Amino acid sequence: MADGITVTKLNAWFGPSHVLHDIDLAVAPRAVTAIIGPSGCGKSTFIRCLNRMHEVVPGARVVGTVLQEGQDIYSPGVDPVEVRRRIGMVFQKPNPFPTMTVFDNVAAGLRLGGVRDRGVLNERVERALHAAALWEEVKDRLGKPGAGLSGGQQQRLCIARALAVEPEVLLMDEPCSALDPIATARIEELILELKRDLTIVIVTHNMQQAARVADATGFFLLGELVEFGPTSQLFTKPVDKRTEDYITGRFG
Amino acid sequence: MAVVFGRAGGAGTATPTIPPLVGARRARRRFGDRGFREITRAAGLSLVVMVAGMAAVMVHAAWPSLRRFGWAFITTSNWDPVAEQFGALPFIFGTLVSSLLALLLAVPLGLGAAIYLSELAPRAVRPPVTFLIELLAAIPSVVYGLWGIFVLAPWLRTWVQPALGHTLGFLPLFQGPPYGVGMLAAGLILAIMIVPFITAVSREVLLAVPRTQREAALALGATGWETTRVAVLRYGRSGLIGAILLGLGRALGETMAVTMLIGNRPEISFSLFVPGYTMASVIANEFTEATSDLYLGALIEVGLLLLVLTLAVNGMARLLVWSVGRGPTVVRE
Amino acid sequence: MTTTRWRQRVSSLMAILTAAAAGSVILPLVLIFGFLLWQGAAAINVDFFTHLPKPVGEVGGGMANAIIGTLILLGLASLLGLPIGILGGVYLAESRDRRLPWIVRFLADVLNGVPSIVIGIFAYTLVVLPMRRFSAVAGGVALAVIMLPIVVRTTEEMVRLVPASLREAGLALGVPEWKVVLRVVLPTARAGIVTGAMVAVARVAGETAPLLFTAFGNRFWHQGLDQPIAALPLQIFAYAIAPYDDWHRQAWAGALVLIVLVLAVSLMARLVTRGRVGAVR
Repeated sequence: MADGITVTKLNAWFGPSHVLHDIDLAVAPRAVTAIIGPSGCGKSTFIRCLNRMHEVVPGARVVGTVLQEGQDIYSPGVDPVEVRRRIGMVFQKPNPFPTMTVFDNVAAGLRLGGVRDRGVLNERVERALHAAALWEEVKDRLGKPGAGLSGGQQQRLCIARALAVEPEVLLMDEPCSALDPIATARIEELILELKRDLTIVIVTHNMQQAARVADATGFFLLGELVEFGPTSQLFTKPVDKRTEDYITGRFG
Repeated sequence: MAVVFGRAGGAGTATPTIPPLVGARRARRRFGDRGFREITRAAGLSLVVMVAGMAAVMVHAAWPSLRRFGWAFITTSNWDPVAEQFGALPFIFGTLVSSLLALLLAVPLGLGAAIYLSELAPRAVRPPVTFLIELLAAIPSVVYGLWGIFVLAPWLRTWVQPALGHTLGFLPLFQGPPYGVGMLAAGLILAIMIVPFITAVSREVLLAVPRTQREAALALGATGWETTRVAVLRYGRSGLIGAILLGLGRALGETMAVTMLIGNRPEISFSLFVPGYTMASVIANEFTEATSDLYLGALIEVGLLLLVLTLAVNGMARLLVWSVGRGPTVVRE
Repeated sequence: MTTTRWRQRVSSLMAILTAAAAGSVILPLVLIFGFLLWQGAAAINVDFFTHLPKPVGEVGGGMANAIIGTLILLGLASLLGLPIGILGGVYLAESRDRRLPWIVRFLADVLNGVPSIVIGIFAYTLVVLPMRRFSAVAGGVALAVIMLPIVVRTTEEMVRLVPASLREAGLALGVPEWKVVLRVVLPTARAGIVTGAMVAVARVAGETAPLLFTAFGNRFWHQGLDQPIAALPLQIFAYAIAPYDDWHRQAWAGALVLIVLVLAVSLMARLVTRGRVGAVR
């Protein structure tokens, strides 16, 4: 199906520095695609280019095509706000809105998008919290501040917040880097659960994590996509010498 | 899991129609973003318009006086509303002398207090003393004036001025009958008013000096004071000068307390015991009495001079304070 | 060895000297508050809060009209100064324009240093001359102009303190930028912005000079926004320089009330931030 994302000749800059070089990559629909690489390799920039979040940073620039549902999200006339509505994102550090309750956090995207109907909000919030495997833990404290949850719960709250607007793709930028192992395990379970309905792209600095959750994995180095393929193949029979060095820990 | 997440069309099935990314809502959204940006920009611009407008409006209103007197306005000392002769020299003199006198008293105390609070005081002492000094900065000018009239001036008249007259009376500075009110009282009240301000800004400047500077000096075996002198004060020097200039800027424009204590007599004298007059005070006292355009123009020209003077002093001060460490920060006043 | 001891002595001496400086900075505070409490408390009574000033020669009366006048002036100033100031601060924090924000920031600092009496002249030429009358509005404009730079700069700082991650979270939900600012960024910075606004109000509450020829003062109850209006600082000034003992007593009482008002607003401003610091950091 056309649900995936096709990236062609993607280049990105921060001011004068050229941080992504000619990236070509196809993200399969309803699967998990992992992006790995050492820090500073451009993997976060890459994922932020997929929903036009890169350009939010002053001085940042993108050239190339990113086809989602057959449409180039960078073609002139495309509204970045609409793109982000369809392609949600979860960030490295949990960032619930501190002034909002658990419920309001999840409802934020809907409310700000103009949904007023209380019944619709209730239903969508509950569904998103179930989907983020958080419902049982927070159903009695929906009116409490979202910032009062534990780190892992906060991150799942952010996932629920992203899911509530019903995106087609979910981008996750090192979603577990601020979490303990138990919370990490829950998020990983969740990712496997979510991929039945969603296309997921996850950036991680943790190779084991990529091996556990991803169907396909791409290895980035110095702003280039060195190798991309099915996860099992990339980790067992890497084609490129640099990939092999990295996954065997002989790198840098 | 009981509820499976999915799109409205039902989980797992392909969405039959793909809505375009370019939607009708886009136009409205664009409008929202643009509108919001324009509204906030207008608020920012209004500040620019206001400052420009302030200068223009004042020059316009002062025009009769500017044209009539030219440079003589600031070089002559005859201020006679009845004869419509206006020379502002005594006010300029009074403003400068009272402000400099205030600085003379306030700078050592203010810097000393700032050094104590940021470097030498025991940790437990710092917050309460800082808080008290902030309180001092919150007292309105008119309250200082009230206290000055009924406490400070009588005290000066009965104790300080006679004592100074006896011991240092051979100096022209301390000659003349003790009125209480006069240049000395004005300078003193100004000093009391600007000292908390100088302390607060200097303290911020000192706190902005990097820790590593202090540690470097301490590691060389410097004592507490030597560390302050060699590492901290030298590093923060331009910021401290800025703090002093900010204090001067306040003293120059301070109105009420000075008006209540300086005696309001347009006279140029070397003695600190003699009443004087300042630019701000003459505006405060005579503005509502100014009936002719020329008189009003002359008073507004005094205001313009005051504006230019304080702008110059403050401009220099800001640049100096900014130059230390953190760049432009809000300086609370 | 002796030089070391000498150096230690110098260091202790400087500690003592600077402590003395700090002490002498605080001394006037003690003196001023002492006299305010002593003189003010003696003169204050119920009439002071409920009655109009008595004509010259009659003992008694109060400053009720001036207290109300000050509150009206503060209300007017806030109404004019806060919205523009907050929007201006948001502009400085959010804008990607190149030159204008720098100019606005610089002018805000410049305006902050302009003597308040000069602001009074500005409000006079702007409002009093065209209306041909002293008025509450003119006083409100003068105070608003003084508040503006404070509000602009504190709002800017507080909005900047909001982590970029929250803004990004909003944008990533497919929410337009202006809504993210209004519904996510500003509420998060609210405590700080409120504090800034209150600091600004406390600052102008005691201003006298800019009211002399704008609000002008009035011996009667509030008569409309286009009429001269009484204000506590104006009344204190007028009574302090008048030759009547009873008026002097009332001036002390007025000063006590004014300082309590100013300190109450300042303290509230501190409490607002203390309670909500966690929200921003």
